[in-house]
Formats: sequence, C-alpha cells, structure tokens
Amino acid sequence: MTRAPILQVRGLSKRFPIRSSWLERKPAFVKAVDGVDFQIDAGETFGLVGESGCGKTTVATLLVKLLEPSGGEIRFAGQDTARLNAAAIREFRKQVQIVFQDPYGSLDPRQTMLSALIEPLFVLGIAGSRAQAIEHARRAFEMVGLDAELLRRLPHELSGGQRQRVVIARALAVGPRLIILDEPTSSVDVSVQAQILTLLEELKRRQRLTYLLISHNLAVVRHMSNTVAVMYLGRIVEQAESATLFSAPLHPYTAALISAIPIPDPDAPRLTALAQGDVSSPVNTPSGCRYHPRCPYAQDVCRHDDPLLRELQPGHRVACHFPAVAAGR
Amino acid sequence: MNDRPAVLEIEGLNVELSISGRWVPALNQVNLAIHRGEALGLIGESGSGKSLTALSVPGLLPANARVTGGSIRLMGEELLGKTEQELNKLRSRSVALVFQNPTSYLNPVLTIGQQIAEIFEVSPELLGPARMSRREQRRLAREKAVEYLRLVKTPDPERIVRQYPFELSGGMQQRTVIAMGLVRRPHLVIADEITTALDVTVQAQILALLAELRRSIDMTLLLITHDMGIIAQLADSVAVMYSGSVIEYADARSLFRTPKHPYAKALLEAVPTLQSGDTIFRPIPGGIPAITDPPPGCRYHPRCSHAFAPCSVTVPAPVLPEAGRVVACHLYSAAS
Repeated sequence: MTRAPILQVRGLSKRFPIRSSWLERKPAFVKAVDGVDFQIDAGETFGLVGESGCGKTTVATLLVKLLEPSGGEIRFAGQDTARLNAAAIREFRKQVQIVFQDPYGSLDPRQTMLSALIEPLFVLGIAGSRAQAIEHARRAFEMVGLDAELLRRLPHELSGGQRQRVVIARALAVGPRLIILDEPTSSVDVSVQAQILTLLEELKRRQRLTYLLISHNLAVVRHMSNTVAVMYLGRIVEQAESATLFSAPLHPYTAALISAIPIPDPDAPRLTALAQGDVSSPVNTPSGCRYHPRCPYAQDVCRHDDPLLRELQPGHRVACHFPAVAAGR
Repeated sequence: MNDRPAVLEIEGLNVELSISGRWVPALNQVNLAIHRGEALGLIGESGSGKSLTALSVPGLLPANARVTGGSIRLMGEELLGKTEQELNKLRSRSVALVFQNPTSYLNPVLTIGQQIAEIFEVSPELLGPARMSRREQRRLAREKAVEYLRLVKTPDPERIVRQYPFELSGGMQQRTVIAMGLVRRPHLVIADEITTALDVTVQAQILALLAELRRSIDMTLLLITHDMGIIAQLADSVAVMYSGSVIEYADARSLFRTPKHPYAKALLEAVPTLQSGDTIFRPIPGGIPAITDPPPGCRYHPRCSHAFAPCSVTVPAPVLPEAGRVVACHLYSAAS
C-alpha cells in the first residue's frame, strides 16, 4: 500500500488554565494533550484509544479547529491548518467532518432533520438552491439507510440508532474525505451498535473515506481500524498496526487495557487487573514515565526519565523503558 | 443443579408503568431464582426490564410503576404486600443495592468513616451482642469501618475513613459503596451496572473484587449488566431479558456455548470481541420495540430470522428443553 498521508500531526499540545486562588502565584494548567505525533494515511481507519481524561476527545476537537492548539502543528493534505484564510477554512470544513458521541446533543431539538441536514450545505456554499439542498439531504439519508419520510421529523421522534444515522448523514452530505468519529456507538445498544459499525464500514468503502475512530471500546477499534494508537495522560504511549497491537502489545499500559476487557466466554481465564490504582492527575503529571505509579514493572529509571516514543519495529512505536518486560517476553 | 437454599425467588412477576396516563405492561411473568452463594446475571438491552426487576425486590419501584401480580420471596418470606415500615427493615438488613453512579449514593458532606458509622448507629446490634457505652460504640464503629474498607481492598483504609467522597476516585467511591452494603451482612447483593461509569482498568479491579468476595464471604449476587463479557466472567447462571420478559434462562456455560433463543444467539453474535479476530459480527436488524406499542405475539418476531406462523400471533410460553434451562420461543414449544 502506498502511504499517502492525509493528516499529519506534530508535537500537538493543548493546555487549559485552571482557576487557581489569588494566593497562588503560579498559574496551573491541565495538560490535556501534551506532545502528540501521528499521521493518518488516505483510506485507512486510524483508531485512537484510551480511558477517560487521556485527551483523545481534545485531539479530535483540535483537529477540526473547534479549539486552537497551544503548540504543535496539524497538516491536512499538506496544508498547515493554523494558517488557513476564511475561504480555505470553508474548504477545510467540507473535507473534514466530525461525528460526536451523543447524537441527541448534536441535534437542535426544535429543528427538523431536513433543516439540520441542509443548514451546513448553505453555510459551506455547497447547495445553491433549496431544491438542490433537499436533493442532497435525501441522497445522504439514503446512504445511511434512513427513510426520506423521516426528514420531516424532530430529534425526539427518532430512536437512538436513527439519530446516530442522521448525524452521520449530515457529515456525509458535505462530501468529506476525512471523518472523525468520536465514540460513535457508545450511546446506542449493542444490537444497534453492530448496525452502525457495519454502516460505517460500507460508507468508507463506497465513498473512499478516511476515518479517525476515537473510542474506549477496544473491541470496536480492533475490528474497524488498520492502525491503532493508545493514549495515556495526554501522550501516545504505543502505536502499531491493529492486529499487532492487540496480539503483541509492547507497552504495559496497552497490555493492562487489553487484559481488563472481560472475555465473553465462561471458560476463558479470569480477568487480571494489571494496572494498579487510578489514572494520575493531568495537572500534576507524575515525574518520569507518566504510567509508572500504576505500572507493576516500574524501575528507578521510570520514576526519573520520561521515555520517548520510539519505533522498535517497523510501524510499531512505543514509549517505555522496558517494552519487552511489559509484553511478558 | 444447585441444592443450596434459595435466597431469592421471583415468580410470575408482572409490573406496569404509567406512560402518558396509561398503564402499560413493563414486566411480563418474570421468573427467577438465586441460591445461596450463586451469582445470577441479568442481561438485556435498555428497556428490557432488568433494572425494574431488580428494583421490585426491595420495593423501590419508581412512583409511576406498580406490581400487578406474582410473588417475590426472600429467604422464603413473601415481600409483596409488605408495609413501608417492614420494607425499610428489609432494605436495611437483607438486601444491599449498588448502582451505576456511586457519587449519587454517598453523602457529600460526611466523611466515609462517618457514613459507615451511621449504619452502626441505626443498627448497633451489628457491632456485637454486648451492651456498650456510646464512646465504646463509636470507637468500635470506626474500627469496623476500616475493617470493611479493607475487605473491599481499599488501599490505606485508615486514611480513607477521614476523607470526603469528592476526594476519592470513581473506582474508590464504588468500593466504599460496596463496603457500606456489606456492613449489614445482607442475604443478597444487587449490583446494577456498577462498572458502567468506570474506566476499563478500574472496572477490571472491581470485577476482580466481586469475584473475590464471592469466595471469601459466600456473597449471593444479582448482577445486572449489558456486557456479555462481565456475565461470562462472574455469573453462574444467566437470564436474558427482552422487552419485559425473560426469554432464556440457563447456566452460563450452556448459554454461551449453545444459546437456544434466537435473540440470545443474535445478541452474542452482535458484539465485537477482541478474540473474534477479523470475523464479522452480525447486526440484529431493526430496533427494540416500544413497550407502549409492542408487536403482537412474540415481541422479538419482527427482528427474528426464524419467525414462523405462530410467532406473530401467540406469546410463546416458557418451555424446558433440557434440565435447568428455560426458553420462551415457539421453535422449542413446537418440538416438545
């Protein structure tokens, strides 16, 4: 496969100031994203996993320019997204779309599905006339397997699965190349989850899309992604091809995440809780390796030296001082 | 299968919900039994009635719900028809409930130690048969609080008893809620989606704790979840619910190896797992029916690939295709 990067992210960081009392001189920051590098090739699904607070959703909001980064660079199709003029931003928004977790929160409760779908078409100058916009909306509805009849409905008149299809249709209607899916199935029931995932795969094939899939559900990411990156406290700690990452993880955190998923088989070995304690605070990040307070293999060096993300095998990057130990090999 | 005494027996339970001024059946003829030391998993998607079933045990149904028939027995004692006062006694002694969001079940202005001590103030007999002074009682209550926090594997319990809930992480809060439930040495622990709000690495710690408590204190558990993995890891037997009814009941191994009801089977195939490699999971077509407007006959028939003539007409009666197994499906009633 020829590698043609569609998105390149270098040294991306985002700090949020936290209100401190007037007694404290030094302002404090939450380092939500703290130096993240990755690239997504055209046509692939790039999975980003991690627990709550690891910064995966902040990465998504930075990528679509809903937030400005505190540092680093995002290049989409070779262009630095920080240096786009108004016209170029509009073009960027046509090419990069995002689908959020809660479709109920992304739809105006008093807006019909039709008007929710055609609004971006006018804003981005895709449709010239109302008739043209309606035609676009109908086609988008058809693509996600919804009846055009539902275009007249309000959000509360649809089921959770239907609402999720609507927000996918709205993203598709502008003809994007890259869609960021932030927990696209975590608000729907399991029987509906499988429908949405199958739909996303089919759309990707038919529309030649590229996905950035953000999820805390490892099984979903494993099934959908070509490449997977694992985030912990604002950093990528491991990245590899999906099959490799899940069968031979090198970072102890990845290994702990995988072993924490209960296996739906009564004869499978019982769960082992490899990670100790809880995620550390993103305000006072631990010294050295950020995972060391929870890591069963932590040595002295882990408490002092911050391990760099390095490529150990082609396409397999890991930030750990003792990657082989972690893998149990 | 299990010759130990039954802790909980639910028979023919019918519950209705009032929705826009109309009473609608929400639970239909639910039957369940849990024996001492057993863990029964109750699985189903949202709206299947699993939480309603659990809440009817301690009589904690919401105001818009009413029981219209059936029986709930705890240690052989009928619970339906009990007065609020009798139920209060039951809630404080026999049944412990742990829910999804521990923050809502802890008092934000009391330390963990004070909250646990409150339980002993209400029920001083838990401290032992001897009569003792107030001071003695307080000292013992503090000691017991630390002891129970240690039972649920809280690191540094002496420090935790002096802390307020907001100082604890979600996982630690859930541990303290479990500890508070166990203080009363209940006959039955009902755990309703207790790890849903937690991160997976912390969920693994809580699940390991539950498994350990089953061994160490012979805990009897009604485990409610939508996660097949959690059921497989913890439950001895499983009841699968769909739209207000138990559609299959079996021991966990049989259910996972050879699910009989088409919905149970489809549910197992619809969930992607880390182990299933690249095999494609199979979505279930359609959606969960609204209880206000359920399809006639078997409520699963519009989504079922095996549906045949009787499915859209009559509700399938539960049948026993083999020992210890109950299935409510015409495929099996036709054969018997």
